[in-house]
Order: sequence, then structure tokens, then C-alpha cells
Amino acid sequence: MSGAIVDEVLASPGGDLAVAAASPWQLARRRLLRNRVALVMAALLAVIVALCLCAPLYAHHVAHVDPFQSNLDGTTIVNGKRVPVMVQSTQGLGLGVTPIGPTWDIHHYFLGADEQGRDVAARLLYGGRNSLLIGTAAALITCFLAVLIGVVAGFFGGLVDGVLSRFLDLIWAFPVYLLAISLSTVLIARGISFGPFHLTSGSLLLPIVIIGVVYIPYVARPVRGEVLSIRRREFVEAAIGLGASNWRLLWNEVLPNVITTVIVLFPLMLAIDMLTEAALSFLSIGVQAPQASWGTIILDGQDVLYTRPAVALAPGIAIALTVLALNVLGDGIRDALDPRAKLRRTDAEKQ
Amino acid sequence: MLRFVARRFVSMVFVLFSISVLSFLIFFATPGVDPAARIAGRNADQQTLKAVRHDFGLDRPLPVRYALMMKKLFITRDLTSYVNRGAKVIPQVTQAAPVTLSLVFGAAVIWVIASIAMGMLAGVFRGTAIDTTVMIVGLIGISMPVFWLGEVVNLITQSRLHGSVFSWVPPLGYVPFTQSPWGWFKSLLFPWLTLSILYIGIYARVLRSAIVEAQEEDYVRTARAKGLTERRVLFRHALRTSLIGFVSLFGLDFGALVGGGALLTEVVFGLHGVGKLTFDSLQNLDLPVILATVMYAAFFVVVANAIVDLVYAWLDPRVRRA
Repeated sequence: MSGAIVDEVLASPGGDLAVAAASPWQLARRRLLRNRVALVMAALLAVIVALCLCAPLYAHHVAHVDPFQSNLDGTTIVNGKRVPVMVQSTQGLGLGVTPIGPTWDIHHYFLGADEQGRDVAARLLYGGRNSLLIGTAAALITCFLAVLIGVVAGFFGGLVDGVLSRFLDLIWAFPVYLLAISLSTVLIARGISFGPFHLTSGSLLLPIVIIGVVYIPYVARPVRGEVLSIRRREFVEAAIGLGASNWRLLWNEVLPNVITTVIVLFPLMLAIDMLTEAALSFLSIGVQAPQASWGTIILDGQDVLYTRPAVALAPGIAIALTVLALNVLGDGIRDALDPRAKLRRTDAEKQ
Repeated sequence: MLRFVARRFVSMVFVLFSISVLSFLIFFATPGVDPAARIAGRNADQQTLKAVRHDFGLDRPLPVRYALMMKKLFITRDLTSYVNRGAKVIPQVTQAAPVTLSLVFGAAVIWVIASIAMGMLAGVFRGTAIDTTVMIVGLIGISMPVFWLGEVVNLITQSRLHGSVFSWVPPLGYVPFTQSPWGWFKSLLFPWLTLSILYIGIYARVLRSAIVEAQEEDYVRTARAKGLTERRVLFRHALRTSLIGFVSLFGLDFGALVGGGALLTEVVFGLHGVGKLTFDSLQNLDLPVILATVMYAAFFVVVANAIVDLVYAWLDPRVRRA
């Protein structure tokens, strides 16, 4: 894995073959850039992120709504006519109200309203911000702690490895959803204090930390395995022979070789984290009101599922698209970084 | 081999013990969390809190409480709920278990058959449009939140098309097999399909890459050189070795699902299985029930883990020494 591989043959525009010498990173980037599906998905992801970042812009300047304020008596404009957001029922006794459905008018309740008369389109964008933020932050926490644990366990071995590996096995044996749900239920009502850190109950940090922690074994175990095999490689022995300190071995020899594993796992962890966040929020133990996330909007939509399906459908489609893009991108990155992927590709080209 | 089995058994007991301690600590010893305050209600005065604490034995030291709880759970088997006082916990779990088992068994049959078919199709036609299509369909299945998919299925079968195509679909809920096998099947068909879609995607992808790798192996080349038909090479040689990873993955997922991992599917389809029981007891913080269901879940996961390891050791002698 270390050292330049100089066997990538590129077809030049003229049709003749040119041999390019490049570092593994350059090779990987080149392979990724040739993967059209992955690029399309990366673009889709970029669009979703950009739209979600523009949530306040949309809410204040396009739709002119406050997506966090219930708006039961509000009105909006459909086809030039002013109509109430909550429509009085026309069936039976005429009791109860139904939120307005999608108007497909970008300025007025594009995707309709939820049970509290709030603009679903605006909430979708705000919710997306939280879902993406929680997913990203949790995946970063997972990868950081997992690399720390995996590298220390794999590098030092012995008792340290024994203790850390037992700890990983323990979390691994715990059904991950149950662990996340248990932690969330206990912590969501009261929050938790850890020395100088205080996580209050409504804080987004709570789901971030919980999701980040429960997935540590998923990354730490492969990292530990990788470190175990790297430690026995010649270049590490050479460095030891040159009198390198432990710190230097870790930083210069082990870490750069572990990083590819983490880069491959990161988009996949991000995808899993976003699904977990949605599940926790759907069970009302994730993101707490007044904050929104795609999971909480699906939950809001459950009550009006049969009358106003758009409320639940829209965030689900948003999650599915984002996670799909991340999975495809993750596959592309793995194929680009994994030397064996080349074997698969030439294999495919043969046919 | 016997030594390996014994060692594996000891580690299994150890992991189960650790899980029971960990979950006990999560619920009873998390800083700032007081079960008594939960039981007594939001604005209970000190007097009430003290009475509640004494009544539920919450004023005793943690290790004693842990030991008492485990004794009630495993030895006397008379652990009672905090919320419905007097209601025994273990019958609740044994009542919920058949629902979860029905759901997971049916889904497992569907996902194993479908994913083997899809994985083989993609592996055999690798690099073609068939391969790409199957893999993209699999990825879409992986990317949908299962509870959302369940809602979409409900929207179609219970509301939008319930008047026409899906008029035979019974209302949400579980029909026991002993009461009506056909009703049982009808009530579970859509939950099965919903739950299996995620796993079909994962397993088809795992099987495909295993088959693609196996095609490069020497023994497959040897089999071809012997003049075996392509079909025989695929079924008897490539597929067989490819299934090893598949089977071990299956063991783990099946254990996790039986243990309550199907919670979201159960919640969406109104099935009162173990996952739903866990969730309901979490909602009203019925700690003994939570502890019982978590232990039940952990038991299945740990046993599944151990079985997978044993099968591995049986298949591959090198593992026994590790």
C-alpha cells in the first residue's frame, strides 16, 4: 500500500497509450473522477447540502414563514385566492381540520402544512440541516475515537489491547439500536454532565454523541486488524531499526496506512448515522422540539399519513436520496482506494 | 475443538454478565437520572420521593439492587413492572416473542432466497447492465429508512389501494398462527417484505462480491479445466465457498432481529413483539421490563455470535487456535 504504484495505463486522446507515474492518492483521485455514477451522486449530495444550508434564506425570503411557530389560524394564497392553512373538514359533522396539501407554489406552502400549520418545505430544509449535521458530527466522533482505540490497541497489544478489545466486544454484542435507544431514553429527558461537559436535554449534541459512540466498534475493529498487520511489515521494522520512537512510528508509519481504511468507512458511517438519527427521532428520542430533523418530520407526518402523505413522504425521500448518494460515493471511494478494485475493473472491461 | 467450545462458552457467559451490568448502570446509575423521580412524577415532594425510593428498594446500595434484580429475573422469575405494579415481566416477554419470531422467520426466508438469486445474477453477469441494475436496486433498498418504507406500504395497502388491489389486506396487527394460519400469513406478508428489503440489498451485495472473488480462485479454474459445466462450477464450487461469509452474517443479523432489532418494523405495523414491548416500556420508563427485554435481546445476539464462531471453527481449523 505504501510507495508509488506505477502501472496505471491511461489512454490519451490520440488513442495511443501513455504510462503515467503517480502517487497512490493521485491514482485514487483519477479512478474516482472516472466513475461517472459516483460523480453524479456527489453532485446530488452537494445540491442537497447546499439546499439545506439555504434553509433560513428560503424560509425568510421566499416562503416568508416561521417553520418553528405553529400557524393554525394562518392563511396562504392558492391560485390567487386567500385560503386558510388548516382546512375545515367537509365530511361527517365537519369537525376537525386538515392541513393544506402541497400547492407546488414555491412561495406558498410548496409541500403543504403539517398538523400545526407549519410549512413542510421550510421544515424539510431546516430538518435536513440537523440531519446532515448530526450524521457528519457523529461519523467524525466515531472515526476519531475508533482510530484512537484501534491504533492504541493494535500497536501496543498486551493488556491494553485486551482491555480495549473486550470493551469493543461488549458494545458489539449489544444490539446497536437497543443501545442507542436505551442511552437516548435515559439521557433525553435530563441531559448529562461529564466533568466540564454538560449536555442539556434539548441539545443536538446528545444524539450526536450517542450515535457517535455506539458505532465505534464498526470502525475500531477493522482499524485494529489493519494496525496488527502493519506492525509486522518490513517498513515498520526498518523504522524500528533506525531507532524511531513509538510516537514517530505511530504518526509516520502506522497512521498514514490506516487512514485509507477510515476514508473508505467514513461515507458509509455517515449514511448509517443518518439512518440511525432518523430512527431515533422517529421514536421521539432523537432531535427534540422545537428543532426538526428528517426523522421528526416523518413522525409529524404519521398522524396525517392517509390524508396528507406528502408530510411523511418528502423527508423519507430526502433521507433515501442522501443515503443512496453516500453509499454510491462510498463504493466509488472504496474502489478507487482498494488495489483489488482494479482487478474487478479490468475484469469488467474484459467482458 | 472441545477446548474451543468451552472457551467460547465461558466468554459468552462473561459477555452476558457484562451486558447486564452495563444496561443496569445505564438505567440506574447514570448521573442526574433518578428512577424514583420518574416513578413519583414530575413535581413530587421529598416525602413522596423518599417513600417511593424505599418502596422500590431504590435506597439500597447499587450492587445489592443489581443482585436482587438479577435474582428476580433469572432465579425466582417474578420480576414485576414498575408501571403496572404486580404485572409480571417474564410472561410479557414470552407473550411477545412469538410475534417477533414469526416476523423475523418469514422475513429471513424472503431475504435469503431473494438475495441469493440477486447476488448470483449480478455475480454471473458482472460488468453488464444486469449487474449494475441489480446492485443499484440493492443499494436503494439499503438506503430507505425501514420505518418510512413501512409507512409507504401502509399508505398504499391500507389507504390508497385498499379499495381495489389490496382489499384482502387485514388491518394492522398480529393474528396468531394457531388462530388462523391464513390470517397469520396475510397479516405478516407486508411486514415481512418491508423488513426483508434492507437485508436483500446487503446480502445480495455481499454474495456478489464473494462470487466475483471466487471466480478468480484457482480451484474454480481447476473445476473449469476438468471440463465441468459452467452451471456446476457456479453451484458446486463458487457459490458454496461464497456462502460462508453469507452464513456468518446471517447468524448475527438473525440474532439481532429476534432480539428486538425489528423494533421499527413492529412499531410501524402495530405488531406487539419484543421490540414494541421494549419501546413501550422505554416510553413509560418501566425499567424492569426494559432490563428484561435488553437481556433477552443480548442473549440472542451473544448466542448467535457464539454459534457463528463455532461454525467457523468447524469449517476452518486455524480459528480454533486463535
